[in-house]
Amino acid sequence: MHSKTFKAFLTIFFLSFFATGFAGSKEPVEGDEPFDTNELIFHHITDSHGFHVAGDLTVPLPVILWTENGLVTFMSSEFHHDIEGKTIVERKGLKFVNLHEKIYQLNGGESAVNFDAELHPINAAKPLNFSITKNVFSMFLSMIVLLLVFLAAARSYKKSDSNMPSGIGRFMEPIIVFIRDEVAIPNIGEHHYKRFMPFLLTLFFFIWLNNIFGLIPFFPFSANLSGNIAFTMTLAVITFIITTFLGNKHYWGHIFWMPGVPVYMKLFLAPIEFLGIFIKPMALMIRLFANITAGHVIVLSLISLIFVLKSVWVAPVSVLFTVFISVIEVLVVAIQAYIFTLLSALYFGQALEEEH
Amino acid sequence: MDNPLVSPDLGLIFWSAIAFLTLLFILGKFAWKPILGAVSEREEGIRSALASAEEAKREMENLQADNERILKEARVEREAMLKEARELKEKMISDAKEEAQAQAGKMIEQAQAAIESEKKSAMAELKNHVAGLSVEIAEKVVRGELSNKSKQLELVEEMLGEATLK
Repeated sequence: MHSKTFKAFLTIFFLSFFATGFAGSKEPVEGDEPFDTNELIFHHITDSHGFHVAGDLTVPLPVILWTENGLVTFMSSEFHHDIEGKTIVERKGLKFVNLHEKIYQLNGGESAVNFDAELHPINAAKPLNFSITKNVFSMFLSMIVLLLVFLAAARSYKKSDSNMPSGIGRFMEPIIVFIRDEVAIPNIGEHHYKRFMPFLLTLFFFIWLNNIFGLIPFFPFSANLSGNIAFTMTLAVITFIITTFLGNKHYWGHIFWMPGVPVYMKLFLAPIEFLGIFIKPMALMIRLFANITAGHVIVLSLISLIFVLKSVWVAPVSVLFTVFISVIEVLVVAIQAYIFTLLSALYFGQALEEEH
Repeated sequence: MDNPLVSPDLGLIFWSAIAFLTLLFILGKFAWKPILGAVSEREEGIRSALASAEEAKREMENLQADNERILKEARVEREAMLKEARELKEKMISDAKEEAQAQAGKMIEQAQAAIESEKKSAMAELKNHVAGLSVEIAEKVVRGELSNKSKQLELVEEMLGEATLK
């Protein structure tokens, strides 16, 4: 009985957030101007300086730039939420504007960024941007959560005499054991798997938690970090580097001189296999990025329907579908984290495989 | 390729790498290592406990089998002993019987022999006695007969007559 009430409450809770959270954060629709779904969706799934909470409330985040005059830092609120490149922030004699969440450094005497036909800025430079953006902020938050959860879990083992976890540790242990027994051991093998457990566990929980954060539609979550190609690229590149450095004679032999096939097939396969080394991590990168971004796009599109069709009667349908998609997304985010980890383990296993 | 979706941002790459490597280091050292260690230690403990339970069970079974075997052996031995005792008893009885019979037979034989010899000696004595008596009687009769002449003749006659008859 209680659990039913609780479930109903949760549903309504989430519904209301989807409805008010997303709807509330819409840019006001002006007059008869058609509603720009594209811009809305892009605004939500790309990174931004400053974290929009609701209405006019935006949490400012630090902007950190490396310029020819050294390090420049200021809060994103200096731009006054302007992303059209009109508000100029002057620091260390340099002028900065925020144009569609990209920071440009204007050349002397200029007051607006101009682009050439190929969309390269002609009167501004792009300084190295190490800002704590919405995504970075979300990532740090996930780091804190991961550290709190797993250090607490590790402590709970120490407290017991028989190595039995308690609390959060009891919840996490099956997942850890799952990664070990279903991901690491079958793909890497009994001999080597122990070396990779920290990497695989960190990878899995880091991706999963950030995926989950992306699904929660209110501050301080809702950033689309794991749907950002820079993030997935970093992780894929780390997997690529480890695989490449692990590769033994057998692995490279398989790539450049495939055993057991005629010579002309060896010559034919070598370039394909060589490209495969790079395609595999690229597939990792794109799979995670595309899946998570697609989830966000679908949810935002469904909500946008209300504004595109300009009818409140679409809202129940939109919300219903949004909830449906969100439930699927809960599965998808776990599966994507699992697949990324599984494939990483598989690549390590291939790199370490011995002659059989 | 200026689509913000697919143009990776250097800052985010930088922070992602830092965040991931930091997490890998801290969690690896302070979370994964103790957790995995504890899990495998516990699993090892469970495995060894199960193994020792299995061992104990096997030992118990062995012990039981031993017990049963010993019991069986004891039973067989008892059976054998009983049988032996019974046979011994029967043998003793039959031996005793035989001996008794033999003894009895011997005694009877001796008695018979004694009786025979007694009988023989008695008969011999009786014969001697009867011969003496007969001689005495014959003396007496002859004496009486020979006292009278006529009677003597008569006797001779008779004897002769008898002799011819034969």
